[in-house]
Formats: sequence, structure tokens, C-alpha cells
Amino acid sequence: MATERNDIENALNRRYEAGFVTDIETEYLPPGLSEEVIRELSAKKNEPQWMTDWRLKAYRHWLTMPVPEWAKLQIGPIDFQAISYYAAPKARPKSLDEVDPKLLETYDKLGVPLHERAKLAGVAVDAVFDSVSVGTTFRKELAEAGVIFCSMSEAIREHAELVQQYLGSVVPVGDNYFAALNSAVFSDGSFVFIPKGVRCPMELSTYFRINAMNTGQFERTLIIAEERSHVSYLEGCTAPQRDENQLHAAVVELVALDDAQIKYSTVQNWYPGDENGVGGIYNFVTKRGDCRGARSKISWTQVETGSAITWKYPSCVLRGDDSSGEFYSVALTHHAQQADTGTKMIHIGRNTKSKIISKGISAGRGQNSYRGLVKVERSAEGARNYTQCDSLLIGKKCGAHTFPYIEVKHPSAIVEHEATTSKISDDQLFYCRSRGLGEEDAVSMIVDGFCKQVFKELPMEFAVEAKKLLEVSLEGAVG
Amino acid sequence: MLKIENLHVRIAGKEILKGLNLTVKPGEVHAIMGPNGAGKSTLGNVLAGREGYEITAGTVDFGDKDLLQLEPEERAAEGLFLAFQYPVEIPGVNNTYFLKAALNAQRKYRGESELDSMQFLKLVREKLRVLHISDELLHRAVNAGFSGGEKKRNEIFQMALLEPRLAILDETDSGLDIDALKMVAEGVNHMRSADRAFIVITHYQRLLDYIVPDQVHVLAEGRIVESGDKNLAHKLEEHGYAWIEQRRTPERTSV
Repeated sequence: MATERNDIENALNRRYEAGFVTDIETEYLPPGLSEEVIRELSAKKNEPQWMTDWRLKAYRHWLTMPVPEWAKLQIGPIDFQAISYYAAPKARPKSLDEVDPKLLETYDKLGVPLHERAKLAGVAVDAVFDSVSVGTTFRKELAEAGVIFCSMSEAIREHAELVQQYLGSVVPVGDNYFAALNSAVFSDGSFVFIPKGVRCPMELSTYFRINAMNTGQFERTLIIAEERSHVSYLEGCTAPQRDENQLHAAVVELVALDDAQIKYSTVQNWYPGDENGVGGIYNFVTKRGDCRGARSKISWTQVETGSAITWKYPSCVLRGDDSSGEFYSVALTHHAQQADTGTKMIHIGRNTKSKIISKGISAGRGQNSYRGLVKVERSAEGARNYTQCDSLLIGKKCGAHTFPYIEVKHPSAIVEHEATTSKISDDQLFYCRSRGLGEEDAVSMIVDGFCKQVFKELPMEFAVEAKKLLEVSLEGAVG
Repeated sequence: MLKIENLHVRIAGKEILKGLNLTVKPGEVHAIMGPNGAGKSTLGNVLAGREGYEITAGTVDFGDKDLLQLEPEERAAEGLFLAFQYPVEIPGVNNTYFLKAALNAQRKYRGESELDSMQFLKLVREKLRVLHISDELLHRAVNAGFSGGEKKRNEIFQMALLEPRLAILDETDSGLDIDALKMVAEGVNHMRSADRAFIVITHYQRLLDYIVPDQVHVLAEGRIVESGDKNLAHKLEEHGYAWIEQRRTPERTSV
């Protein structure tokens, strides 16, 4: 059950045939943030004026906002003037030989194919080798269906009307501090548009987008599903991604019109830093879905095991009558990681439903908080919510905290909340071992049982990866 | 097969086993009876390798291995099985999946080939049939929501599946009605063979009507104070544990 530990020497000795080309970009902006920087940034991306203006408006608003401090997180001060907002990729390792062997070991354990390891480790890869042909066939299929799946930068240029219509309509510029910042300086992201009645013929994965790994720290994604359309979108990957940029403040907006369905799955394992959390990534994300149409459905599934600090609440605004929102999450904190994550379900239309299944696992000195809001507005007749939030503690030094907020303004609402907190007990571990299972296998098995409800919502390949990822992330958690 | 010599065990600073000796040969069924607090469960747990027990003296040989040096999962793979008195629940972990993983882990340790799902299920159905247990317990999480009797049945089923060389039944009869008791006994008897040994730890003589032991031992005050054949169990039932006390230290009891 534990991943076979292949001989790393052998793996590395299989020479990567294509050879590497170092890709030196000369464009960059010095660190610092100002209107000048934003104008330059926008100009470098050849954006139309309306986009530049939009960014500036966001920036001016951001300047008036205080840094939020209400989360149960310990965050060092962030110097926004020390970040470069259009940075050249740093000098990359020329081959796998130059990459941190620990990182390679992890790829090995996770079963990452060799040619992917180079890319993930930041080794500059010859563009020719980079699945261009795969990308091409897949784009053709999508084009035939009328589906638009491209980078945000491209969308701003090629599909301006759509972008203008929907951008910022789910997460307005002034929504929160990091969303405002993102709106001002976002680098790139995904744009997806599914026309009426179309079921997207394949699962859309960021992997297929060339240069997916280099979207930068302020990613902006917009997905629009028109009437009666369906789409499943996968974000992230299990292999740990290192990035010099510590702050990742992304914004993801989803719009579902009448009878449309959007499924958004994330498996994220941003670099968590060392055992003391030093150097890890701060993952502060605003994700929100607007069930704008009647009978629309948006479902968020996430497995978060990385980052030094995770701060995100993928949410659903249930505007359309009979619309439904779902949130399935496994969040793991180990060593010195912290997570304050959860969801918001806002019931506005009639007969709306929401379901929240949150599984938090804490190990080492990890601190894991669930923060959820279920809000039933005055107009939301017949609203139903079911929330289950379970915490699993491994070891004696970790923490799990729950902050459920329930605000109900309609008498017909039914809101259910269940919560459990448990430990992997010594008795359970001993029982497994007395039957022949090793300690780590026993922990994996028990944790997997704990996460089952969430894993079964993930598209299959992700589910398999997610399981492996948890196993690797929990190494050394017991004892 | 099992040789325990002068075993002394402490828990939380208190000595529970005070020089226990026991020899079990393949093919034998040994019963261990004794008053509460004598150390019966301690013995089972120590043999299986549970943490929290301090072994201050003595040796335990299992075949040619020093049992006390092995991890619990190694002891299992070497052929030791403990049927728990209070089997713990593991919600979310499917019983079948759990057993397949356990069996394969043991097979791997022994250098045997692992069973795939088909082979495993075939083995499972065979054992279920022989034990007259419904396959319904296959679909549930390990012991989750099981009644007391069902949990004990699951222990016996696991024993049948894992085919240990030495099976220790820790008060398997506690909390069982007569039918469940007979079923447990049938399961054990079915597995009796020249290569396998059993240690049946029990309070009551009743189980021993169904699982007839070759030897009966009385564990009192941390050591085996008396051994005999199955008739010893009847005597105990008739006279109680105090009778043992009297026979050992007549001066003490006659004040």
C-alpha cells in the first residue's frame, strides 16, 4: 500500500533525452507597487484601456483597505513593496541533477512521471517537448463544441465582451483586501466559457494549458457556464511546487446560469516550507460561485495539503430558485502549517440547497480551523443546509478549531450541523498492527476512511493522486 | 511453539505479572483462568506487543524467534493472533479492504505472493461458509455499529482468514449468549490442527465445554499457580478461586 520507493539513482540515470534549453526572459519590473507599475504591467500584456482602468480602480480601492487580521492565523507582515509584479523567471536549474534531492524523492513517492518532474522542479524545458501535440488535439475537440478554454490574458484580448460582462461580477473589486490586490495586479489564469446546452466533452485541467505552472502568484480565473451547460474543471497537482514568491492571492469566479452545472476540483500541495514553516507559501484565495440561474449547481471539491498558511473559503451564492451548492474539503496541516479554511453558502432564492462536508486533519504542530457561514436571507423560502465538519487529530501537539456561523432569516429554513472531533486512537493503531499492518499503513488507512466522503467526489485520477498525497504528507506524523 | 519463562511485567509502575511460566506445543489448546486483576489480559496484550507494558524480566520464545524483540505487525506475520476482548471500531475503513491489506502485508513479510481481489474474495467466501457467518459483515466498516456478538464473530472470522500458528483468545466468551458462544467454539474447533495452538483466556468454565482444553492453568497474583487437565476447570467452577488460595497457602486462610 505504501508507494514503492524506487531507487532514485536508477530513475535519475535514465537520461532525459530531449535536453534542456534555458529560457532567459529579459522583461521584468523592479519590485514595488504603484499606479506606474500597474500601467506598465498592463502595457506589457497589451491590454485594452478598459482593463487598465479596471486595475487602477481596484488599486485605488486597495489603498484604502486595512490588512485583515481576524483569522486564526499567525502571519508575518507582508511587504507589498518588496514584491515584483512582473518578474522574470529566476535562473532555473539546468537539469534534474541541480534540483534538491528531497524534492525528487517526493516526486518519486507520488509516482510523478519523469518528464513531468523536470517541469515541476522549474527546470526549463524545451517547449517542443511540452505536450504541444496533446494540447492541439484537445483544443480542436473543444473548438468543435464551442467551448472556449484559454488563458485570461488571451481572453481579455480575444473575448473582451465576455470578460467585461462577467469579470468582477462574482467577486467585486472591493470584496476583500486580497481580492482588491489581485484585481489590480493579476498576472494570468484560466478563462472558460461553455455555451448553451453544451456538456464540455472532457474534464478541463490546468495541466493541459501550456505554461500552466508559471501563471504567477496572482492568478485570476473566470468560468462561465451558460444555460443547460456542464463543465468539470481540475486545478492543481499533487507534486509540491516551489516558488520564490511567497504570497499567492488568487481569485476564482464561477457563474452558472439556468440549469447549468460547474464542478471545480482542486488538489493543491504548495510548498509548505521546512519543518518550522520557514519559506512556505501563503495561499490566500478568494473563490466564489454564483448560482445565478434557476436549478443551477456549483460544487467545490478540494484537497489541500500544502502551503505554510492556507486561507480560503470557496463559496456559493444561491441566487437562482432551486439552485444548489456543495463543498467537499479535506485540509491537512502537518509540522508547522496553519489553515483557516471553510465555505460560505448564501441562500437567496427559493428552495435552495447546500451541503458542506469538511474534513480537517491535524498532525505535528499543525493548526487547522474550519470557518463556515450558512446564511439564509429573508427571501430564501424553503432553504436546506446540511453541514458536517469532522476533525481528526494525530499526535498531541496539533490543534483543530471550528467556527460555524449560522444566520437564518426565514422561518422555513432547515439547517443541520454535525461535528465530530476524534483522534486516531492507540487502540485503533494497535488493532491494525496486530493484524499485520505497519504503523504508517495503518494511519493511511484510517485517514483514508476518514476522508472517504470527500474523495469520492473527486474525478478519479485526482482521487488516486489525492490518496497518495495524503500518505506522503503524513509521513512521520505518528510517534 | 511458545515458551514463556519467568515473565515479569509492570504497567504504570505496578507489577502485574510476577514470574509467569508457560509452555505451549503445536496442536495443544491451553485454557487460562483466574480472578479479575490477575493479569490475564495483560498476558494477551504483552504477547501481541501492545505499548505501555514494561517487561522487567523474563523471555518469550515463539518458535525460534525472540517474541519480545518483534513489532506487533511482525508478530502477526510470524503467526500470532490475538482475538480482542473489546474489539475497537474503525469507522470508514471497509472490513474486507482492511483484511485484504492485513493478509497481504503478512504474506509479503513471509515472502509469499500477495492475493489479488478475486483470490481474496474466494478465500473469504470459503471461510464464511465454513463458519456459517453471513457475508453481510464484509460490507461494513471494521466493527463499526457491530453488536458485541458480531464483533466476536468478526474476530473469529479474521482468525480463520489469517490462519495463525498461535491464536490467543482474550475472554472471547464475555458478553455472548449461548448461540454465539457455540458459534465461536465451532470456529475454533474447526481450526484445531497438529500445527496450530490455542490459548483460551476465560473466566467461565462454560466455554471449555465446547472448546475442550488439553491443559488448564490458573493465573493468580501474576503467575500460574496451578495447572491440570480439563477437570481442573470443573473444580474451579465448583469451589471458586478461593479454593486455589487455600490449596496453596493453607496456613494463611485458616486464621
